[in-house]
Amino acid sequence: MDIIVVGLNHRTAPIEIREKLSISEAQLREALIRLKAYSGINEGLILSTCNRVEICAVVQQIQTGFQQIKEFFEDHPTGLSSEELIASLYLYSSHDAIRHIFRVASSLDSMVVGEPQILGQLKEAFDLAMRQKATGIILNKVFRKAISVAKRVRTETKIAENAVSISFAAVELAKKIFGHLEGKEAMLVGAGEMAELAVRHLLDNGVKNVMITTRNFDHAIDLAKRFHGMPIRLEEFPRYLAEADILICSTGASHYVITEYHVEKAIQQRKNRPIFLIDISVPRNIDPKVNRIDNVFLYDIDDLQSIVEANLKERQKEALKAEEIVSEELGAMERWFKSLEVVPTITALRAKAEEIRRSELNKCMSKLGALTPEAREAVEGLVAAVVNKLLHSPLVVLKDEAHSSNGAMYVEAVRRLFNLDKDLSPRQPHTSEKENDSDPGEETEPK
Amino acid sequence: MNVLFFKITLICYFLGTLAFLGYLLAGKKAMLSRFSLAMTGVGFLFHTAALLVRMFEVGYVSVTHLFDAMAFFAWALVLVFLLVEYRFRIHILGSFVLPLALISLISAAVLPKESGTQDAVIQRAWVYIHTTLALLGAVAFAIAFLVGIMYLIQERLLKSKRFNDLYNKLPSLDILDDLNYKAVILGFAFLTLGIIIGAWGAGYVWGSYLTWDPREIFSLTIWLFYLVVLHGRITMGWRAKRAAYLAIIGFVGVIFSFIGVDLLWRGQHAFM
Repeated sequence: MDIIVVGLNHRTAPIEIREKLSISEAQLREALIRLKAYSGINEGLILSTCNRVEICAVVQQIQTGFQQIKEFFEDHPTGLSSEELIASLYLYSSHDAIRHIFRVASSLDSMVVGEPQILGQLKEAFDLAMRQKATGIILNKVFRKAISVAKRVRTETKIAENAVSISFAAVELAKKIFGHLEGKEAMLVGAGEMAELAVRHLLDNGVKNVMITTRNFDHAIDLAKRFHGMPIRLEEFPRYLAEADILICSTGASHYVITEYHVEKAIQQRKNRPIFLIDISVPRNIDPKVNRIDNVFLYDIDDLQSIVEANLKERQKEALKAEEIVSEELGAMERWFKSLEVVPTITALRAKAEEIRRSELNKCMSKLGALTPEAREAVEGLVAAVVNKLLHSPLVVLKDEAHSSNGAMYVEAVRRLFNLDKDLSPRQPHTSEKENDSDPGEETEPK
Repeated sequence: MNVLFFKITLICYFLGTLAFLGYLLAGKKAMLSRFSLAMTGVGFLFHTAALLVRMFEVGYVSVTHLFDAMAFFAWALVLVFLLVEYRFRIHILGSFVLPLALISLISAAVLPKESGTQDAVIQRAWVYIHTTLALLGAVAFAIAFLVGIMYLIQERLLKSKRFNDLYNKLPSLDILDDLNYKAVILGFAFLTLGIIIGAWGAGYVWGSYLTWDPREIFSLTIWLFYLVVLHGRITMGWRAKRAAYLAIIGFVGVIFSFIGVDLLWRGQHAFM
């Protein structure tokens, strides 16, 4: 019996392959049933996000398990050749498999290290597998532990601190100027994916209203509808400039759309209340000289990029600390996992019985004093018979169930009932599966 | 006894200052920040004890000696910092407050502690209230001054796009500007009350509200200055960077009227 992970992620497979193998939420239930139907697979769980598709399973034999999961992938109507598939799959077993699951949960294996979305996705996958009774004692324990490891990583390292996307870097900068963004007014000049994402984040962080102006007024109206904002005609925007605390500029113009003159006037009207300008257009649309005006803070795309890079470096450093935490937690988990093997359990149970038999016999003999050889033999026979008879059915059941999907449960039960792990503490703090602690306002591993 | 307490306070504030400066300049060191806060807290307790013992020794609330005034100023400054730290967690404020508290306590320590006669007038209650209010005003203006410096540093970092450790530790511009505003309002209120009580007392004792001695003239100038600062903020938008500069200029005036006046002219209004 062993635990394995077979899957592919953004490092081993390009999006073209990942999207073919990804299993949609609607298909997951059926897929779990199909997975469990394989005779060699005792427990199973499927994690499918846009950056990874992974099957975690408890199997009787690693090689057969791998084969069966490969078959499982091939059954999926993908149109991929077997070679293509094998080339992009990775296989982890026992120690490495558990480490991999811990690392995935802690977001150490993510495309953007430290992004919090993956933990939520992993919890969902675990929840569903549990509800489908696809997981058993082993995967339940491993995943609960993985979730608690991820939380520990989050609280003990700064892996998820600081923005690692342009739009979040902009929000963080805004907070260094305004403290908080509640009730602030924003303005979007132009359009574009990055600009719209930034507006979305600003609104999520409390910005009250957004004024939107684009060259094509109809487009501004569309965008305004989406953000519940206010469309403004391009020729009129300088008049509204003074109302904006935060301005995002992203037009395709080849000249400066906003000049010193505009901003100076706006600052006067604002009675020196600071104004935060973000120019994400290339070529730049806001005259860089604007930054010389007091209480005006102007940043271009390179400034934001440099923040992101510095933060990414910081995250890499924190990731090293996180790896240490993972290794630490891995030790305890492995010891527990090892203890679930049947043969050592039988041996341990026998040794324990033998030890009790011998010590009780000695005590009894010293009390009884000299006995005839016959009497001595009878007492010894009696004790041996009691021990053997008592142990008989637990041992038979253990051997029979060794390869069934409930095997681990019996082993665990025996170990606890007979107290075979004096130095091991297999109890782990239970984490509630329903908890949802992924920050809504952070970068995500996109679905 | 109070000398011993003052010495312990001085040592605590000295170590606290070193730790706070270390925190200001070094990277993120959780140890340093905890140590600096602990030293400040312990120092403050001894400082309070020293002031109480001094009060019992002399037999009255002593703020009319320059020595006592400086010690009280440092004490109130640290108290304000501890309150702000407790409420807003602006730890880095300590890196600015503690050095100032240390300097004023050291200058208190080198001043002569006992001086000759206690004029009968000086022992009247209104004199103590008047002096205490003036000192509390000075503390508030000192906070505005320090927060103003922090504002200018953070503004410079933001403008020059240097997002270093210091940038991370300093609070947002808005918070700093807001603290500046609140400190100036508070300082102005204390100063106004102090002047009113002083004038009333002087009128009662000497029969004239104003004797035109140098400290009075300077205090009134400072009062007028902060009146204009507040008025400018409300009506003309003298906030942000300008407010930070004004708070710094104002406090330089406060220091001068506090100490400089005594050194240049020794009027009836001088500290003992």
